[in-house]
Amino acid sequence: MANIKENTESQRLNFWERIYLPEIARGLGLTFRQMFRPKFTRQYPEERWEPEGSYRGRPVLVLEEDGERCVACGLCSRVCPALAIEVRAAETDQEKERYPEKFEINMLRCIYCGFCEEVCPEEAIVMSKDYELVFGSQEEGIFGKDKLLIPVAQLQERLEFLRQWR
Amino acid sequence: MDLIQLAVFVAQGGILMNLMLVSAAYMVLAERKVAAWIQSRIGPNRVGPWGMFQSFADVFKLYLKEDIVPAAADYKFHALAPVIAIGVAISVYALIPWGGPLVTIDGHQYGLSMTPDVNVGVLLILAMTSVGVYGIAIAGWSSNNKYSLMGGLRSTAQMISYELSMGLAVVGVVLIGGSLNFNELIQGQAANSWNVLYQPPGLLLFLIKALAETNRAPFDLPEAEPELVGGYHTEYTGMKFGLLYLAEYANILASSGVMAALFLGGWDPIPFVDEAALLGMDPTSLPIVLMGMGAFAAKSFALVFVFIWVRWSLPRFRYDQLMNLGWKVLLPLALANVAITGTVILLLQ
Repeated sequence: MANIKENTESQRLNFWERIYLPEIARGLGLTFRQMFRPKFTRQYPEERWEPEGSYRGRPVLVLEEDGERCVACGLCSRVCPALAIEVRAAETDQEKERYPEKFEINMLRCIYCGFCEEVCPEEAIVMSKDYELVFGSQEEGIFGKDKLLIPVAQLQERLEFLRQWR
Repeated sequence: MDLIQLAVFVAQGGILMNLMLVSAAYMVLAERKVAAWIQSRIGPNRVGPWGMFQSFADVFKLYLKEDIVPAAADYKFHALAPVIAIGVAISVYALIPWGGPLVTIDGHQYGLSMTPDVNVGVLLILAMTSVGVYGIAIAGWSSNNKYSLMGGLRSTAQMISYELSMGLAVVGVVLIGGSLNFNELIQGQAANSWNVLYQPPGLLLFLIKALAETNRAPFDLPEAEPELVGGYHTEYTGMKFGLLYLAEYANILASSGVMAALFLGGWDPIPFVDEAALLGMDPTSLPIVLMGMGAFAAKSFALVFVFIWVRWSLPRFRYDQLMNLGWKVLLPLALANVAITGTVILLLQ
């Protein structure tokens, strides 16, 4: 530090800058003004954030009036990079012939990549807006059909987004 | 000393101690709020309205914490350090002139100040605040931790380099007031005008040194988080840590009080105006004294705000910059201030 001869502080700064006090006063003025500027904090539990249709929240199964869309082809389970999805197929008398007897997503494993949604031929599994995932134990983290099936009316925005951009 | 005097002293001590605890709690809240506002946040607002009880919740949490002492620490001194820090911080409160006398019992006048007429009050405060560094130095040394030791050593070095010019910054005020007694200094300021008008560089120097003495940013080298973890209080947990933390805030209020008394006219609400005569009341009557106490508190807390404001505006000094500033800049300035003030006073006589 002692060997610096060129471009020293005394060459770069003029007298007023070198005694610091006016600059400190300017800095204090800046922070004082800042105190009265609008705040950016969102008061979370009271003020919730409503995501756009493009948001990838927890994956859910689409529930139509006559039952779920899913035909239990197992592509989502196959493509899932985190191995979070487990599907067991069974036969049904309906037109589509197959339905998932068991459909489980382990939310502790899910990485919200959206591959399952991308690969689904029936548009039966989509990413929802739900980002509030809380569970008290590892067992509770495995979501079965009871938690995954969401009526199609609640997923319109996401389906719209997929139609437009995919 | 008779029993009544003793009872009054105990009452004053109790009031001052609680005053310190409550004001420290709200200073911590103010610190967090101001920090949040400066950073475009809201700050604590969950515990009570506007987060009013946040500090009390924090203290309660600290009480419930486990008291961990490092195996290699010197237990006696490790436990003693927070006691010294807080003890010194509290004892300074006895000397600060909070206001004029409130009640008269048996011909003695009593106010909130425990020792209103110590004739070396200013000197005693300077002495007491520099004892406070023992708490930090012992805390750093007894923890048996490199970082804590560095923090303690830095605090000691900082104290030595800034104590000297702090004393010299006060000399100007003492020369003008012609006394070391807080009461006489304040009465002199009330009669003429506030010392800050005669001694603006004195106030500035004293403010800078007070920041250094209380280990506040930009001079918070003893606890510099990025380099020393937590500095001297790294190895402290629970209420021992709480006491060190409390002592820091108690010292801030004490320094602000001293500055208000020495430079901003103490309990004189408005400069150049004799409020008692204006309102047609006796200067020692209760409303005037209460107004004075309010004025003193307002000035002190305005200065506390300055402490907080500076902390969230300026970056920390490097260690060599701190020493340069202390010895090569502030000490000559303080000496020049003393010389000029002395010369002017001599010429005016």
